[in-house]
Amino acid sequence: MGMIDIQQIRSDFPILNRKVHGKDLVYFDNAATTQKPQVVLDEIVRYYSEVNSNIHRGVHTLSQESTDLFEQARKEVQQFIHARSTSEIVFTAGATAGINAIANGFERSILQSGDEVLVSSLEHHANIVPWQMACEKTGAKLRVIPMNENGELLLDELDTLLTDRTRIVAITHASNSLGTINPIATFIEKAHAKGIPVLIDAAQSIQHIPIDVSKLNCDFLVFSGHKIYAPTGIGVLYGKQEWLEKLPPYQGGGDMIKSVSFEKTVYNPPPFKFEAGTMNYVGAHALATALQYLKQHGIEQLATYEQELLHYATAKLSAIEGLRIIGSADQKVSVLSFVMENIHQYDVGMVLDKLGIAVRTGTHCNEPVMRRLGIDGTVRASFSFYNTHEEIDRLAAGLERIKLMFG
Amino acid sequence: MTIQEKQKQIIGEFAEFDDWMDKYDLLIELSKDLSPLEAKFKTDEFLIKACQSRVWLVPELIDGKLYFRADSDAIIVKGIIALLVDVLSGREPAEIAQNELFFIDQIGLSENLSPTRSNGLLAMVKQMKLYALAFQAQLEKQQSNGNE
Repeated sequence: MGMIDIQQIRSDFPILNRKVHGKDLVYFDNAATTQKPQVVLDEIVRYYSEVNSNIHRGVHTLSQESTDLFEQARKEVQQFIHARSTSEIVFTAGATAGINAIANGFERSILQSGDEVLVSSLEHHANIVPWQMACEKTGAKLRVIPMNENGELLLDELDTLLTDRTRIVAITHASNSLGTINPIATFIEKAHAKGIPVLIDAAQSIQHIPIDVSKLNCDFLVFSGHKIYAPTGIGVLYGKQEWLEKLPPYQGGGDMIKSVSFEKTVYNPPPFKFEAGTMNYVGAHALATALQYLKQHGIEQLATYEQELLHYATAKLSAIEGLRIIGSADQKVSVLSFVMENIHQYDVGMVLDKLGIAVRTGTHCNEPVMRRLGIDGTVRASFSFYNTHEEIDRLAAGLERIKLMFG
Repeated sequence: MTIQEKQKQIIGEFAEFDDWMDKYDLLIELSKDLSPLEAKFKTDEFLIKACQSRVWLVPELIDGKLYFRADSDAIIVKGIIALLVDVLSGREPAEIAQNELFFIDQIGLSENLSPTRSNGLLAMVKQMKLYALAFQAQLEKQQSNGNE
């Protein structure tokens, strides 16, 4: 495995040349969204300049070319996550839309009063609220897998929490606020042993960890394009064929139907029955382009470098007196949350911004996690393969300066 | 000094600094001057909840003048609060309600009032104006009752 050339990679991301408040941008907000390589930007422009036409059912050349690109993108995604068939790949607006689609399907066809939906205490609000809404409608109960002080889920609790009323387990692969990588293979195994399907929220893992849905044997998996170097507004819902056939569609409209009369509508087979209306086909193509970019550079190689950045930053920041790292799970994606003694995270974030360093502050749509840890928020630095050790040094120097200012 | 004059004075003070860090240092100093809010006021009743930081605002009408006491858990927010209190507190409600606030924008701190910052400041400024309007209405009612 060759070393990756970071300067070469950085030159692929035009935004990294920008200055913020007169300083070179240090972009450490990758868990919120990633920047886009030039090749993705170029393909968006090329698509609109040369190919643009609505997909499916068009008899003219542009429509056919556009449809081909869309279906090729589906193929690219299928291969990227090792799904068995392209019919298991549904394009959505993002991870949130995917979870809502499944929660809605369960609400309308599976959940009944007294049933249970099991989530974990590390979930993003996007994997809590849709299930709460489904529970409210059906009288089902939301149950939660607890975690320890390090931000690790208590696996031992799983055996008692998986009951004969549990209808689905919806769990994140990696925590967006703490970085914890959950042992999802174990969760899936234990749930399946009791015949319970599992949805994986891969919004924070797809860009860091090679994923094989066939091996994992998860029933559903969702992610967002914009967190994996593609544009906003495109995402993926993977669902096992039998599940996508079984669940009702959550939106009605054009393209998802086989035939329509005012008496009865026959839905298209999956994935199309979940793709009502004009899809974000340009976004799908851009996503495929981003996935190709990752493949070219080797996602495992990139992930190894990101882990190196995480360890370097963890050591560097731990050395700052009064700084406490939040989330010390054994396995983490390159997300580093911390608090500083007697200094509010808002103040830290505002001053770092003036030093050209973009971090995220607050509760990270993770209020239950913050409550559990007894804090009201963190500063979160999240790293991508285009970040450098020097940038982490700048963060550490900035934090030392902040200590002096507010100390 | 009128609200207008007070704002111009603050703009003048901040104009001396071009470096962001100096502006923030000044805000930190100002936050220290703000008299601390007693614990009994740090309740949900006076809390303006936001997702980044918390702000408490306590209004009080004394002899026809509206006084504000306020606090925040974030220092930069608290520094801006100190400026707002300095500009607005201890004036007649009508004056507070009618005058436009332009100094935050002019000293380059308007980003702190952006809705996406969600630090409670924007809601606090609105709340100050609302209190002023409410107390103004109350005073006018009292006056017209007195005239009858």
